[in-house]
Amino acid sequence: MKLAYWMYAGPAHIGTLRVASSFKNVHAIMHAPLGDDYFNVMRSMLERERDFTPVTASIVDRNVLARGSQEKVVDNITRKDKEERPDLIVLTPTCTSSILQEDLQNFVERAQLEAKSNVLLADVNHYRVNELQAGDRTLHQIVQFYIEKARKKDDLRTDKTTEPSVNIIGISTLGFHNQHDCRELKKLMGDLGIQVNAVIPEGASVHELKNLPRAWFNLVPYRELGRMTAEYLQAEFEMPFVDITPMGVVETARCIRAIQIILNQQGANVDYESFIQDQTLFVSQAAWFSRSIDCQNLTGKKAVVFGDNTHAAAITKILAREMGIRVVLAGTYCKYDAEWFREQVRGYCDEILISDDNGAIGDAIARLEPAAIFGTQMERHVGKRLDIPCGVIAAPIHIQNFPIGYKPFMGYEGTNQIADLIYNSFTLGMEDHLLEIFGGHDTKEVITKGVSADSDLAWSKDGLAELNRIPGFVRGKVKRNTEKFARDRGIETITAEVLYAAKEAVGA
Amino acid sequence: MTLADTQPQALNFDCETGNYHTFCPISCVAWLYQKIEDSFFLVIGTKTCGYFLQNAMGVMIFAEPRYAMAELEEGDISAQLNDYEELKRLCEQIKRDRNPSVIVWIGTCTTEIIKMDLEGLAPKLEAEIGIPIVVARANGLDYAFTQGEDTVLAAMAARCPDKAPVLESEKAERNAVQRLLNFGRKQEDVKAEESEYVDHPPLVLFGSLPDPVVTQLTLELKKQGIRVSGWLPAKRFTELPVIEEGYYVCGVNPFLSRTATTLMRRRKCKLIGAPFPIGPDGTRAWVEKICSVFGIEPKGLEERETKIWEGLEDYVSLLRGKSVFFMGDNLLEISLARFLIRCGMTVPEIGIPYMDKRYQAAELALLEKTCAEMGVPLPRIVEKPDNYNQIQRIYDLNPDLVITGMAHANPLEARGINTKWSVEFTFAQIHGFANARDILELATRPLRRNTSLKDLGWDKLVKEEANV
Repeated sequence: MKLAYWMYAGPAHIGTLRVASSFKNVHAIMHAPLGDDYFNVMRSMLERERDFTPVTASIVDRNVLARGSQEKVVDNITRKDKEERPDLIVLTPTCTSSILQEDLQNFVERAQLEAKSNVLLADVNHYRVNELQAGDRTLHQIVQFYIEKARKKDDLRTDKTTEPSVNIIGISTLGFHNQHDCRELKKLMGDLGIQVNAVIPEGASVHELKNLPRAWFNLVPYRELGRMTAEYLQAEFEMPFVDITPMGVVETARCIRAIQIILNQQGANVDYESFIQDQTLFVSQAAWFSRSIDCQNLTGKKAVVFGDNTHAAAITKILAREMGIRVVLAGTYCKYDAEWFREQVRGYCDEILISDDNGAIGDAIARLEPAAIFGTQMERHVGKRLDIPCGVIAAPIHIQNFPIGYKPFMGYEGTNQIADLIYNSFTLGMEDHLLEIFGGHDTKEVITKGVSADSDLAWSKDGLAELNRIPGFVRGKVKRNTEKFARDRGIETITAEVLYAAKEAVGA
Repeated sequence: MTLADTQPQALNFDCETGNYHTFCPISCVAWLYQKIEDSFFLVIGTKTCGYFLQNAMGVMIFAEPRYAMAELEEGDISAQLNDYEELKRLCEQIKRDRNPSVIVWIGTCTTEIIKMDLEGLAPKLEAEIGIPIVVARANGLDYAFTQGEDTVLAAMAARCPDKAPVLESEKAERNAVQRLLNFGRKQEDVKAEESEYVDHPPLVLFGSLPDPVVTQLTLELKKQGIRVSGWLPAKRFTELPVIEEGYYVCGVNPFLSRTATTLMRRRKCKLIGAPFPIGPDGTRAWVEKICSVFGIEPKGLEERETKIWEGLEDYVSLLRGKSVFFMGDNLLEISLARFLIRCGMTVPEIGIPYMDKRYQAAELALLEKTCAEMGVPLPRIVEKPDNYNQIQRIYDLNPDLVITGMAHANPLEARGINTKWSVEFTFAQIHGFANARDILELATRPLRRNTSLKDLGWDKLVKEEANV
């Protein structure tokens, strides 16, 4: 048992659901107790989804505990098959069903006999993998299923497209700025003259999966989702993949150069150097920005970075290499992939922290006293408590991290967005000096007396106690209203009763 | 039950598949840890439970909550680790860091399935660490959302002292305290205060409400000369009310049937079965019922109710003649529907997770009476609803307002259907005369918002009608 207040990565089934509901016309059925369909709330609220989230639960209740699910799961699958006519139904185990140890594979096979749609059991162990690992695994499982199916039916397309083309693998629902990154990556591919063969899983139909081998190569922008699929496609079809995250000016260039090598190996004969040069110096503002005198003030300022592997590694490199900021600590909560992270940030930071204990990270921040933090929502709140500004760079995230404006983190526009985020997180240049010279902002003390600070009326103890329970931002108004009410009626002492009578009288 | 003779006859009760969306009952931790200030809630479950709480409570997580997960690992599930030792280690840590007056263990689906004997372990550990441990099994296998509070309060009911100790020395001390409290007040004033109350058997109210609402309802009864001897729960665990055999108890929320049963059967209390004080009609009926049990003639209630309704007219006029569909997820549905019908709305369907016809008897009777008086058809009450079927019915009925969970709200709005999230009714102050306005503020908000956007022609924001 572990005492926990906060977790960075969610439970396994969330990863499976994120992948399943990213696809078009794929339905997930969770084998779960009442209330475990909270995923639907998150998707509907955070993504502000217009459509019903294609996830339902086959409810595990007392009866299931006593007699087993029996026909229930099979019935729920065939019912959903008739109601929604999905292409694929993914039966999703949860922590509860993991310990019930029912033969879910058997349910899937029985349902498959009746259902028109394909039925799969997500192969994830709740107690061994987290959200990110489960997502990666489920994507691989679905791709493998449809590749093998196509192979059996002999309609697998393995002929390459005439022009260079790419599959972008790993864009998913509830991923940090995934929608914006996807648009930016498509634009980048367009600029490079590369066709986008498929984007999976977001917005893809499972029928497209048999066309995956037609692309010249795969691009896996995120470390956490898509690698298993890319490795599978490489093993099956010798498809090369690029797994350099194009985040930051240097890394974007590195990613493009890797693509260039792969394409030229297949006879494309492309040269992207002038494109990289032009973008870096004149299109993206980030290179110029870091050279501008404004950015000098950031030199040597201390920062802490914490997040998932992709974002924490990329931001660490941007801060250290591209902006001259001193990263005193870089960390990740992807413990299962810690070695990769260490290798990425080695040489760019003073200290590395691999942990999913938010207490340990909070303590480290307090000890290091950085000028800014780049982390998750949790670090943002640590920052609030310690009065240190924080830019959010990775999940877990709140609704404000699903902006509707265009805010990619990847590609050349991404470099602009990140530059703004970093710059705005630090206390700005001139302000910084003024604070140092004058020892703080303009005085906050009120010099004149407020309009209604004083009153001739007495408040009884219980009345005052009630008043103090009223939230601060309306308290003044309530106090004024109550006193007016009392004055009008000639009441001398204001008790709790008078307070509520006044509230009723004004109808507020 | 005191109201067996008013069992409703004509209401139509259905039961569907139970495939509906609601919050897990462990969510009660969110409001109970704030209500009971010296408590610590330990949820013994998995990452799934933790993830739910973390996301459902949003920013509250960051305010150093007095709650935590005891996250079960593979070794706990396969009993390689000893439950008792593990819980002892965590509870000692909690005692060291927070020193609460009570630790509430919330049992979850997982502890049910692996049959972890929390009720058996608690007394042993309690004796060892010296902090009371209350066990509530608020799991998704058995309960929905607000019923979580019911399981906690039922467990707390067993901890209420059964007799105020009245040794002579303490009596004197008590008087001393009393003197201190009354310091500076004239003896006559104190006496006058005493005489404000009618002589009636002790009354304890149950249900967790924000402190301002507790004050309001207590004062409401005081106006009738009724003294509230205590509330379950109180602000602190150490202040749980005395409950003796023969005390009267009355519920303030519709989802407290286990607590009511426990108070009747285990604590030998008499339950006053009343409608719930939600809306001015409900509040009046609630006060009247309590008065009638104590043989008190209620004073000034009718005028008061009329006055409140007058104040609500601007909101009521927006609702009159409109229809509202309750998908059902928090058990407040019957009371809210009854109030909205009194406001002039029609209600084709009331979905509800669980319907205790005995505990809610008076509320159901008032619902029926309200329908008759307003001349509207009786709603269909659907227990354990099926959300998919309900959405088909919503498409058919095209109601003016759907009260639903957050999973369905945005998709329905995108299809041009006004929605109000049901969860807000759980967290807003909705009890008593003064808060009726807050209920209508919530219920009319989508209508007011969409009226102001009406002329833009942005009603349906999905490309084709989805299959659902």
